[in-house]
Amino acid sequence: MAERISRLRSLVGSWDAALLVALVLVVAVGAVTVEGVASPRFWRFVTLEVIPIALIALPMTLVIVTGEIDLSVASVLGLTCTVMGQLWLWGVTSLPVLVVAGLLLGALLGAVNGLFVTVFGLPSLAVTIGTLALYRGLAYVVLGDRAVADYPPQWTAGAIGAIPGLTIPWAIIVVVVLAVAFGIVLHATPIGRGLYAMGNNAEAARFAGISVVRTKFWLFVATGAMSALAGVFWTLRYASARADNGSGLELAVVAAVLLGGVSIFGGRGGLIGVIAAVVLLGTLRNALQLAYVPANTLTIITGSLLIVSVVGPNVAGLLRERLRRRRPAATPVTQAE
Amino acid sequence: MGARNRVIVLAALAALSLAVTGCASQEPAATEPAPAGSGGAAATIKEGLKVAFLPKQVNNPYFDASDNKGGKVAVEEFKGVYSQTGPSEASPSAQVSYINTLSQQGTDVIVVSANDKDAICGALQEARTAGAKIVTYDSDTNPACRDAFINQASPEGIAASQIKLISEAVGPDGGEIAILSATANATNQNAWIEMMKTELAKPENAKLKLVTTVYGDDDDQKSFQETQGLMAKYPNLKGVISPTTVGVAAAARYLSTSEYKGKVQLTGLGTPNQMREYVKDGTVRSFALWNPSDLGYLAAYTGGALASGMISGKEGDTFTAGKLGEYTVGKDGAVLLGDPFVFTKDNVDDFDF
Repeated sequence: MAERISRLRSLVGSWDAALLVALVLVVAVGAVTVEGVASPRFWRFVTLEVIPIALIALPMTLVIVTGEIDLSVASVLGLTCTVMGQLWLWGVTSLPVLVVAGLLLGALLGAVNGLFVTVFGLPSLAVTIGTLALYRGLAYVVLGDRAVADYPPQWTAGAIGAIPGLTIPWAIIVVVVLAVAFGIVLHATPIGRGLYAMGNNAEAARFAGISVVRTKFWLFVATGAMSALAGVFWTLRYASARADNGSGLELAVVAAVLLGGVSIFGGRGGLIGVIAAVVLLGTLRNALQLAYVPANTLTIITGSLLIVSVVGPNVAGLLRERLRRRRPAATPVTQAE
Repeated sequence: MGARNRVIVLAALAALSLAVTGCASQEPAATEPAPAGSGGAAATIKEGLKVAFLPKQVNNPYFDASDNKGGKVAVEEFKGVYSQTGPSEASPSAQVSYINTLSQQGTDVIVVSANDKDAICGALQEARTAGAKIVTYDSDTNPACRDAFINQASPEGIAASQIKLISEAVGPDGGEIAILSATANATNQNAWIEMMKTELAKPENAKLKLVTTVYGDDDDQKSFQETQGLMAKYPNLKGVISPTTVGVAAAARYLSTSEYKGKVQLTGLGTPNQMREYVKDGTVRSFALWNPSDLGYLAAYTGGALASGMISGKEGDTFTAGKLGEYTVGKDGAVLLGDPFVFTKDNVDDFDF
């Protein structure tokens, strides 16, 4: 009995496992019922769509684990695109220079967020709602309603090019390497343990000798830089720098992170779940689209998933709590037998 | 994470990677056979063509009129399979996702109104490689990314129609007229205004005298005030042309409640939903725009002709578009819908956009 309960407990408690099972189910059911899901082209398109979301979801996971949030990420992406576009118009034709400039800009924008949150001690939700509007506004100042689209076609071809022998774009390798790096930081270093400690109790973390201010500041810088990297990919993939690039993407990212099992209150969650959630959402969207599901229904499904993602882990946590409380009661019964 | 959990997670990961690599090792999906367009031109549109309309966004009355009331009718006439799909927000990246989906579904014709003339290019090229013909309508892409563009109206056509309408409304005695435009540096507005001036220089319009052009900046309030200002400044004014949907609606709203109603004539480019009450209460006799249903209808026929190999989209190609008659492909694969469509109180209720 006790063993069965503990098995049930660990199953219900593991949101990661649930997500991976869901992902396998979606892939399997999709491959059988929807024509095209089983084709390599489908996975190419899913990967292309998922890359920018995954890039931003990595640092966002760490930020939310500490109990903060960064809603300005899509605006950082947009502003990076427009500034790179303006530099291109001014005659900067070297791709490495443009990329480095973009990443530095992203880091700077992230630092501004970090400064307000750590030094001035303002809530990150308020700060980044502000910079969400501010950075997007600046993007419109830079390019207005113009679009810069005359990038060399070979840049786009290079950015979305496939791994030799496969249809999957090589850019996914960059995402995987970064994911491993973020995963190691979060799950295998004292810094990572510090992030969870901050999310659970910032005060206690500080007393435990963790530099909350400095760590959070650099997290926001990293988020800015990663959003800028997503912006670089965006610019290259669409060969079009516009002020409205990526608008609304922050919601897709936050939805994926929360569905991935990261608690919006901080202190709980991990990268495996988040990555599974990013892939799950991308696959589901594309498969449903292929199955002729209209956009309105798709929006409803995405919205419902977001609700599930917030409620689900909490219910799982509650269940776990219940089962733990039942265990001591179960023991005497076993003894009586 | 307990040991058992780790096993479950690993198993799931393994299953997933199997699924993905299993897919990746398959042969690429067979592309649609190329239409027999390279050789002799086919005479009729093939049956069973999959024609998909991809508007800027769904839930938009204008595109419902063009797609569901025009494109659909045409596709049913040539016995194709019609569908309308698209994002709920008008963004280029969302549109790219739908183009990718359509190309995977083996669509023969994609009729698209571009949210960005460049950003969707790559996806369109991939769809063309997969065998789809691309027709743009309402909003074009770079000519290199599509097979044909359905142009709703030419500047000459718009200018001629606006002058004709105001001339009819003002009557044979003519008089002073004014133009209420959008912004002072709007390229299309200025092109139309220049051509209206050319039109006014013709002998048959000698009695119409353009006294001024004012700018409402496509802002409802400012257009309203500019109309008010025109009435005060030019007491002999007989007519106003406002070739912008915001301007003509604001001007009509001002005139309909003023003493100038019926005395000062108004026409312009407007939408039936905005102008309905002013056409019915007599403030406006007639106004113009293109008929979106005809636009979608022509786009569908153009796509059908392309996918059947009847035309290739080069200048000088001719084809018949059902009830609309014969069309010739112009420069850069552009097909001109025709003269603007005139709305009056008799037909305005037939439209909902």
